[in-house]
This record gives sequence, structure tokens and C-alpha cells, in this order.
Amino acid sequence: MSNVIEIKDLSKIYRLGIVGSKTIAEDLNRLWARIRGKEDPYLKIGETNRRSVKGKTEFIWALKDINFSIKDGERFGIIGKNGAGKSTLLKILSRVASPTKGSVKVRGRVASLLEVGTGFHPELTGRDNIFLNGSILGMTQYEIKSKFDSIVEFSGVERYIDTPVKRYSSGMYVRLAFAVAAHLEPEILIVDEVLAVGDAEFQKKCLSKMYDVSEKEGRTVLFVSHNLQAIKNLCQKSVILNNGELFAEGPTAETIDKYNKLIRDVKIDAKTDIDNKLNRRGKGMIRFSGIEVLGSDGNKKFNFELGESIRFRISYEVYKEMKGITIIIALLSGISRECLTLSNFELTKSTVPPGTRGEAEIEFPDIYIKPGEYPLYFELIDSELNGYSKDVLDDLTAPIVISGGSNVKNSDFHPNKPSGYFAIPSRVIINEINSHSFYNEAL
Amino acid sequence: MNKNTTESEWTLEIKPVSGWFNFHIKDVWRYRDLLFMFVRRDFVAVYKQTILGPFWFFLQPVLTTITFTIVFGNIAKIPTDGIPPILFYMSGIVCWGYFSDCLTRTSSTFVANASIFGKVYFPRLVSPLSNTISLLMKFGIQMILLSSFLIYFKLNGSSVNPNIYIFLTPYLIFLMAGLGLGFGIIVSSLTTKYRDLSFLVGFGVQLLMYATPVIYPISAVPEKYHWIILANPMTAIISAFRYAFLGAGTFNAGNLIYSSVFMVIILSIGIIIFNRVEKTFMDTV
Repeated sequence: MSNVIEIKDLSKIYRLGIVGSKTIAEDLNRLWARIRGKEDPYLKIGETNRRSVKGKTEFIWALKDINFSIKDGERFGIIGKNGAGKSTLLKILSRVASPTKGSVKVRGRVASLLEVGTGFHPELTGRDNIFLNGSILGMTQYEIKSKFDSIVEFSGVERYIDTPVKRYSSGMYVRLAFAVAAHLEPEILIVDEVLAVGDAEFQKKCLSKMYDVSEKEGRTVLFVSHNLQAIKNLCQKSVILNNGELFAEGPTAETIDKYNKLIRDVKIDAKTDIDNKLNRRGKGMIRFSGIEVLGSDGNKKFNFELGESIRFRISYEVYKEMKGITIIIALLSGISRECLTLSNFELTKSTVPPGTRGEAEIEFPDIYIKPGEYPLYFELIDSELNGYSKDVLDDLTAPIVISGGSNVKNSDFHPNKPSGYFAIPSRVIINEINSHSFYNEAL
Repeated sequence: MNKNTTESEWTLEIKPVSGWFNFHIKDVWRYRDLLFMFVRRDFVAVYKQTILGPFWFFLQPVLTTITFTIVFGNIAKIPTDGIPPILFYMSGIVCWGYFSDCLTRTSSTFVANASIFGKVYFPRLVSPLSNTISLLMKFGIQMILLSSFLIYFKLNGSSVNPNIYIFLTPYLIFLMAGLGLGFGIIVSSLTTKYRDLSFLVGFGVQLLMYATPVIYPISAVPEKYHWIILANPMTAIISAFRYAFLGAGTFNAGNLIYSSVFMVIILSIGIIIFNRVEKTFMDTV
């Protein structure tokens, strides 16, 4: 298979802040540099795009030296946190924005859906808007005419096709818009996750349409999302963008593993580096100095069986006076990060002076939650739950692994059946089997 | 597939903006259906939910003509080359209206279309082009109005003499469209970064009207200021238009050639700047 998209050293710089008189000064500076045949002076001082860290300059690299290629017929995912550069990359591929450096080579017609219903005019009828939107997306009049019936049928708004779209319900509006988009026949389809708005049914329709486009018609699909589940279901290969740089590339299962490690890259084990800034929030009034996960025998342990007890040994240091200390421990679950709070425990009510060290060991007996991997969440906060005084360690790796084990006491839990989050043990009170047939009772 | 053959088959290469002369005229042609759809959208949508509908096209020049007749004709007593003031003003207003509409509508291209431009690629020039075309409808309707007045005055024995130069009208329209488009896309390109210009356009066009013989004939201007009025490319166009329809003033081919050259230069500069800005404006608008 040949490459249909080749991205080479792609970089994009953005200027933060407002356009004002300073902009003109910079423009003149740039012009002067160009007259002398020099490089743009502002490109040199660009910084990596890390939104959480305040930068020194107003110029940041939204994308920096991105290299990858996409093969014919592939369903390709682009994963990344907010601000990783996904949208910028998408805009460049859609020719809406230009790169600062590098190039993208494309083979075949590209249609990009960064939004459905672009250019819909509320005063026009559904019919007119199909033609208008279709033309904006690059279809010819002839193409639209030949697909018109099929578009109307797909949208399911046949009855209102001659009504201005401003009278449509939002659901009808989106369906009509998507119907037009779904009838584009490009060799390469670029889809942004914002497309997947609307109800669950519509999302499913979008995803399955993308799947069909690739599977049945052999087209290349580029899908951008931070919904890992959707990427996992749809894409064979994917890349991860992080702070504007390419973090990983490969089969989706692998890249998603890497992505999970990336977003939980604080590990707690024997040599936990708790000073790691990532995934940590707080003002430094109180700090965790150590976290250990132990079994009920007091030895370090990460793998537990269903029904076993888990202990956490926490040590902390107080840097500013705290009005009491509360510790919160939670297990996070999987991709969607729903939280199961295990403990909200007040260690002390009294005021704690700076310089205090503390240690606590907390046990959760008989954990009955569904086997799986659970990242951890720790928080120290004062008794008034004043957010200003907290220290939070979020989303830690080396997560606790719970597996269905031999000591499952009468639980209804079956490891391979979907069963929610809990595996609560149960006890049989009555179990009678009467062989006397009830067919005879009525007589 | 052989690697060597695939190298040459790239249909598109996206590169940083470089140079000033990478035009996509072919692209504009490929998107002609979109141009047509935009024009159609403007036609259909513009007077939806108004009571008077296209009647506004009539009302606008009529009311302006009446105002001008009263203010400039009766109060200020500016001469009109011996032509009925109503015809004199209306012919100027209709022409100037088309030019200024083209200019102001085009000048907000990027700002007004930012939401579409940010989501889909198509040659951006399609947008301002569709403006100049859809504004022709308004101009056409107003021309019908002007012609009716002309016939009425002619039948009543006024001294108006439509002549063979009427056949120049399409060319005059072309010149006005070109000038409006050219100025408009220059302004629109610059407003993406420096929003100040959009404030200037509104009253700038208004002021420019007074530097154009819309409310006065050239003959009423003192000789020593003629060069200023004639430097304005719209002067020759409106004069030629009046001469063709009303037989007023004189026809000066040299001035018209000047306007044509001016139009070509402005439009070229406009397209070059526009072409450059359309690739970067998403970052600045």
C-alpha cells in the first residue's frame, strides 16, 4: 500500500496575546529581517506548547517537527490531550491554516469535516442548504443532484425539505448536515471529534458511517479525538501528540497504552519520585512525602485478588499552618475516569504547625470491586476542605490491579461478564426446589 | 506500487506561505458551482421576512434622489448641466451605489466569513466575487427604475439624449465591479490584522462620494481642481454613464482608459494581497 498523506517536519507557531501596536513593531522587525535575508527573528524564541506552564515569550509552537505518514485505506487516529496540537494539525491538513515550516503531501481529494453544516443559511430551505453546503464542501452541482434523493433519505427530513432550516429542530438540522457530509466521496476523509456531538444514536451513526467509508469503499479516514474508546474501536493505527510534538506512533492498542502511561506518568513504587510536578496540584502548604501500597501483611503489593484488603501508608509534611488534615483516597476507573472514593478520613481536627511530619496507614478491608486496573488518587486538605491548602496527586500509575481470585466468597461475580464496578458478596438465604408441578395446582 | 511513480502523483502539497504569486485561479474555476450557490443564497436570503421585499431596491435610490434634489438642487442650487435634477442625481446614485456596495461588502469578507473560512477550504476569492455578482441584481433593478424615469422625462420633452454610448454600459459595470472588488479585497486583507481599517471604510466611502461627480457635474468644479476630481477613477465612469444615458457633459475616452488601467492595477494588487492573506488569516483574524 502506498502513502496517501506524508507529513514532514511540520511545524506551526502561534503568537499569544492581543494584536496591538506591538504587532506592527514586530511586523516591521520581521520585514527588516527579511530585507536583510535573515530568518524571522520571532521563530527562534518559540517555546514548547505547555499550557500549564507560563511561558517567557508570546510565541509558542503549536506543532513542532511532526513526521508521519498514512497509508491508503487506513483508519488513522490522532490522540492527544486538549492543547496537544490535534486541531492545529487538522486545520493544516484541511488547508484552513498554513504551516510555519515543513510540508504535507496529499494524494487524492480531501474532505474535512471539522463541523457539520458549515455555511448553512437559516433562511434557506433544506433543499437549498443541501446544495449550498455540498458546494462548500467541494461537490459539484451535478454530483449533488445525483445524490440528492439519497441525502434526503439518509437525513430523514423528507417532509420538511422545503421548509427553511431555521424551523428545524436541532436534531433535524444536524441530521441533514451530516447527511450531506456523509455523501461526500473523497479519497481521504478527515473527521474531527466535534462531529460526534448529539445523542448517542447519532454518534453511533457517525462512527459506523466512517467505518463503512473505510471498510466498504476503501477510503482513508483520519479521525481526531480524545475519546480513546472511539479511537480504539475505529482506528487501526494512531499517533499521539503531546505539547505539539509527536509522542508515539503505531498500532492503536500500543499507542493507547503509551498514552495512558503519558497521562499517568507518576509512578509509585519503592522509589517513588513524589516531587514530580505532573499530575500534582496544590499550593505547597502540605505535601505528600511518601505513598506506599501494602497488603494486609504490611508488605508492598500492587496486585490484589478480589476480596483482599488494601492498605495505604501515607507520609506527609506540613509547610504552613493547617487547620486540621483530611485525607482523601480514591480509585479511578479506566478511560472515563469515574471516581470511587474509598476514604474521606479526618486525620486531625486541631491546628497543625509548619514543620510537622505525619504518617498514616489506612486499610480497606475486603475490596469487592470489579477486577481491572485502577489508577489512584490522593489528596490532603484541611478540615474545612479549603481548596487553597490542598495537595493532590492524581491519576497515578503502577495502579492497583485486582483480579478475580480463589477467595471470592460466594460472590455472583464472573470475571468475564460485564458487571459494573462492584462485586458484592452475597449469601443464599432460601433455596427451595419443589418438584410438585404447578400445572396441577390450578385444578 | 513503484516508489518512483508514486512520487510524482501527489495531488496537493501543503507548504508554508511563501512568495506572493501562488495563485489558485484554476481552483476558483473549479469552485464555480460554489460561486453560483453563493449568489443564489444572496438572492434568496436577502429580503426574506421583509414586508416590502425587493421593493427596497426601488425605495432606496428614490428616497436618496429626493433628498439630494431637495438639498443639493433646491437649497444649495448646484447646477446639473441642464438635466432634470432627478435624472442627474439618480444616475449618479445608482452607479455610485453599486461601486460602494461592492467595496463595503467585499471589505468585510474575512471578518464576516471567519466561521466558514475556519472550517472548510475553498478559494476565498469566491466570496467577494459572489458579492459583486449578487449586487448586480440590485443594480439591474435600479437601472429599470432609472430607465422608466428617463422615458417619462423624454416623453415630456426634457433635454435628455440617450445615445450610442449606452452600449458601453456593460464595460462601465465591469470597471466599477473591478474597482469595488479591488479596493474591497485590499481593505479586507488588511482588516484581518488591523481592525482599525474597518472603521475607516464606512465614512471613507461616504467622503469619497463627494470627490466624485455624483451630486455635481465636472463642469461645476473650478478648473484648477479638475485634476483632483479626474484622479478619482470613478469620475470617468460616472461621467461616461451620464453621457451615455442623458447626453450630459462630454465623453472623454482618455479618462476612461485611465480608469481602466487604474482598475487593473488595483485589482492585481488586491488579488496578490488577498491571495497571501487567505492562507494566514485564520491565525490573525
